[in-house]
Amino acid sequence: MYETHYHRAGSVDEATKLMADAEGGKYVAGGQTLIPTMKQRLAAPDSLIDLRHIADLKGVTVNGKDVRIGAGTPHAEVAGSTQLQAVCPGICYLAGHIGDPHVRHMGTIGGSIANNDPAADYPSAMLALDATIHTSKREISAGDFFIGMFETALEEDEIVTAVSFTAPDKCAYSKFPNPASRYAMAGVFVAKSGDGVRVGVTGAGMDGVFRWEEAEAALASDFSAAALDGLSVNAGDMLEDMHGSSEYRANLVKVMAKRAVAAIS
Amino acid sequence: MGIEGIGARVARKEDKRFITGKGRYTDDMSVPGMKHAAFVRSPHAHAVIKGIDTSEAKKMPGVIGVLAGAEMKTDGIGSLICGWMIHSKDGSPMNMGDWRPLAETKVRYVGDAVAIVVADTKAQARDAAEAVKVDYEVLPAVTSAVDALKPGAPQIHDNAPGNQIYDWEIGDLDAVDKAIASAAHVTTLDIVNNRLVPNAMEPRAALGVYDEAEDHYTCWTTSQNPHVARLVMSAFYNVAPENKLRVIAPDVGGGFGSKIYIYPEEITCLWASKKTGVPVKWVADRTESFLTDAHGRDHVTTIKMAFDADNKITALKADTIANLGAYMSLFSSVVPTYLHAILYSGQYVIPAIHCNMRTAYTNTVPVDAYRGAGRPETTYALERVVETAARELGVSPAELRRKNFIREWPYQTPVILQYDSGDYEASLDAAMKAADYDGFPERKAEAESRGKKRGIGMSCYIEACGIAPSQAIGSLGAGVGLWESAEIRVNAVGTVEILTGSHSHGQGHETTFAQLVSDRFGVPIDSVSVVHGDTDKVQMGMGTYGSRSGPVGMSAVVKALDKVEKKAKMIAAHLLEADESDIVIENGQVKVAGTDKALGWHEVALNAYTAHNLPADMEPGLKETAFFDPANFSFPAGCHICEVEVDPDTGKVEIVQFVASDDFGNIINPMIVEGQVHGGLAQGIGQALLENASYDPETGQLLTASYMDYTMPRADDLPSYHVSNTVTPSPLNPLGIKGCGEAGAIGSPPALINAITDAIGNNNLNMPATPQRVWAAINAA
Repeated sequence: MYETHYHRAGSVDEATKLMADAEGGKYVAGGQTLIPTMKQRLAAPDSLIDLRHIADLKGVTVNGKDVRIGAGTPHAEVAGSTQLQAVCPGICYLAGHIGDPHVRHMGTIGGSIANNDPAADYPSAMLALDATIHTSKREISAGDFFIGMFETALEEDEIVTAVSFTAPDKCAYSKFPNPASRYAMAGVFVAKSGDGVRVGVTGAGMDGVFRWEEAEAALASDFSAAALDGLSVNAGDMLEDMHGSSEYRANLVKVMAKRAVAAIS
Repeated sequence: MGIEGIGARVARKEDKRFITGKGRYTDDMSVPGMKHAAFVRSPHAHAVIKGIDTSEAKKMPGVIGVLAGAEMKTDGIGSLICGWMIHSKDGSPMNMGDWRPLAETKVRYVGDAVAIVVADTKAQARDAAEAVKVDYEVLPAVTSAVDALKPGAPQIHDNAPGNQIYDWEIGDLDAVDKAIASAAHVTTLDIVNNRLVPNAMEPRAALGVYDEAEDHYTCWTTSQNPHVARLVMSAFYNVAPENKLRVIAPDVGGGFGSKIYIYPEEITCLWASKKTGVPVKWVADRTESFLTDAHGRDHVTTIKMAFDADNKITALKADTIANLGAYMSLFSSVVPTYLHAILYSGQYVIPAIHCNMRTAYTNTVPVDAYRGAGRPETTYALERVVETAARELGVSPAELRRKNFIREWPYQTPVILQYDSGDYEASLDAAMKAADYDGFPERKAEAESRGKKRGIGMSCYIEACGIAPSQAIGSLGAGVGLWESAEIRVNAVGTVEILTGSHSHGQGHETTFAQLVSDRFGVPIDSVSVVHGDTDKVQMGMGTYGSRSGPVGMSAVVKALDKVEKKAKMIAAHLLEADESDIVIENGQVKVAGTDKALGWHEVALNAYTAHNLPADMEPGLKETAFFDPANFSFPAGCHICEVEVDPDTGKVEIVQFVASDDFGNIINPMIVEGQVHGGLAQGIGQALLENASYDPETGQLLTASYMDYTMPRADDLPSYHVSNTVTPSPLNPLGIKGCGEAGAIGSPPALINAITDAIGNNNLNMPATPQRVWAAINAA
């Protein structure tokens, strides 16, 4: 790791002020991507502005079907929230299968979606749940928030403060992990509500997380795994690396989608 | 046996310090004035060094010295060597390319060391290492051995035309070709033995200390064989004469072969300590471990097995190209030859065998022995071709093996080795029973009803441990002898110290070696200490690798114990006024047999040292030394059976059962043996399902240089094992033991791949059988 300057923010306002004052600053939340990258000397921010001690960013609130998760809430807390489990078990399952216990106790939902790793789990849920991303400046719908691989609508100094969504009638997440990293090679979040069905796919798409709209339409009229039999995602739009060809990933998207649907139908 | 003697399931003494974080590893060592090193490493797989500019780096904060290869050469530090001469079939010696500890003119793999920076802190050393400017002229690279041997491939060493190191053979080619030509059936298989990264938990490290006042060097290092390290650093690398060089390998966190070799870093740290006047410590980070620890395996093989009309094997022919990387590591030449090809008889009577082995330089890190060292490659090729043949012939894989088993010992194979003892059918029967082999069809049908493809596969392996004897291996090209030494010191109060040239880096010697003493003299193992890993304390040793600590290291201990026992009995006979032949040692008492006349063990020891009343002409003291040079290898063997379920939608393989029935000869501590088998199986399953070192063929960059891409086995990848033992004692060592350290990694990969190919109905599958590969193979079937 190169030398860096550490700043601890006590509030969102203080954090944005620290960022304004810093040259080449970076926010750090759980640090589960940024810190290893810095240790490998692949990232070298001059200043780190630590968001972990901002009380306002923490906690899960469930009001009827309205869910709000503070951006600084670690995955383990989402996974273990009994209130959330009662209304939206799919997201608890997802959070409980991110990384390993160390990652789940350090990594946060805000950090995950702000980083928008193409293989991260949460973005698929945000899209499928039609979540709203609250930031230090505005509210952004998930559909507008995720732009591409590691790319979001966030401005340089903008901080994710929370996500909110209305719990669907049913939802499930099915993931095929990369054998080495355990990131998603294909992770599919399916949410069914009165408005219809939404399907968010992570780990597979060349442009990062995406909605599989063809599957959504098919499931809206017949919510069963069999409804997906005749469908497929275009392999040409899928990622390819040593762990999985684009054809293999296209196959996994379909298999994981069917398994998510089967789990709740 | 006593509660702590031979055969007792004694908990490991050393685990208290390991599991409480109190082990003392090289990185825990600290000496006054110690500074920290970082290496400047090549980012290119193949490049000419046109210049090295250290001027900026030398001005960086905290920097004490920046040293490069030219200066090292001027100081007379020698090149790294391979210690085993192999001759090609045309009689020419192998082409050993020059390996400088710090490259001066050319770099040949990503990670090749170019310079060392010594600074006050590790971070400062790393910062300054980045400031060393190396002017490279990048050359085309080649990473596969098959490609490296093709005409027009980039030339890596000037003295190895076409990148060939040797073209070696063993066996009777004419006889094999005739048998194949006249065979009733020939099975042919093209297979790849995938390249592996050793991944010891503790990264390599070295602390070099030069003491100007004494003109003496001390090197703490992560070594499996500190005496060999001292010998090689002294005799070949010219670091210091042996009497002025002390090598200490303290607690070492795993080796698996990768810490046998003497690497550039420990030599450079010692030299740099003298040059800079400060003690120099280097500890690899995990990326350096991936890039610079010697890798394992990497064979490409065509194997043919011929049968007569009665399904008896008539011949075996193997043709292999092996990748040895950019330089010849210490034992690299012997791994594909005398640790590999001479095992091709397996457990079978095969009248004619031939193996041709071509080895090549590539722009990859050197390849050398890794748990199993050559025998996993043999076993994988052999046990896959046998299983394939059974399928082609339409006979049971178990029965085809049974029909061809060797049934008399000693058995002379056509390829040098003579097997000591065994009962291969006993292992096969035990494994089949444990696996309920006969019940498999029902389980397969049940799995099918759940949409899963279930398969079963087996592997009947043999391996060779405790490489020996010294005279024979010398005639085959070895630069060293492979005996072991031991010293038993009985202290005046009866406690005992075992000084051994074996080195424990996870094997549990502090317990098992002590059990030998407890068994012999009845003292508790808590009163027995094992001293190892320090050239100033132990007179000489050849270290631990090739499962040799049991058959060779412990045998030396037994020989020394024999001498101690003899002297103790002479003392007791003198004191008890009895005949020496009537003295027995029982439960810590030295007694006249059949009487109540006895001395405590401690009383005999005390008398040896007070020397007030010893037999005439007897020297005081109770301390003996022995060397043991075995007459032959020992030959552990066994049967592994694996059953899998494959998810056809994703290609994911689940191991539903894994049975290992092994014959390791006599066993000292069954719990430790089980631990060794479990660990070996984890590594074998890792190779078969998960692990693969992959280089970019164009750039020579290691693509799997972290755990994000290199799949290490984790608990949830592995099943619960069913392990058991059959016993045929080895007649070649006093304990009748055969060695157990590598068998798990040797026997398991073919059993697993045979199971998967059985499940999916496609035999065209290479390791690692990742979900993607299995899915593709299902869809290609």
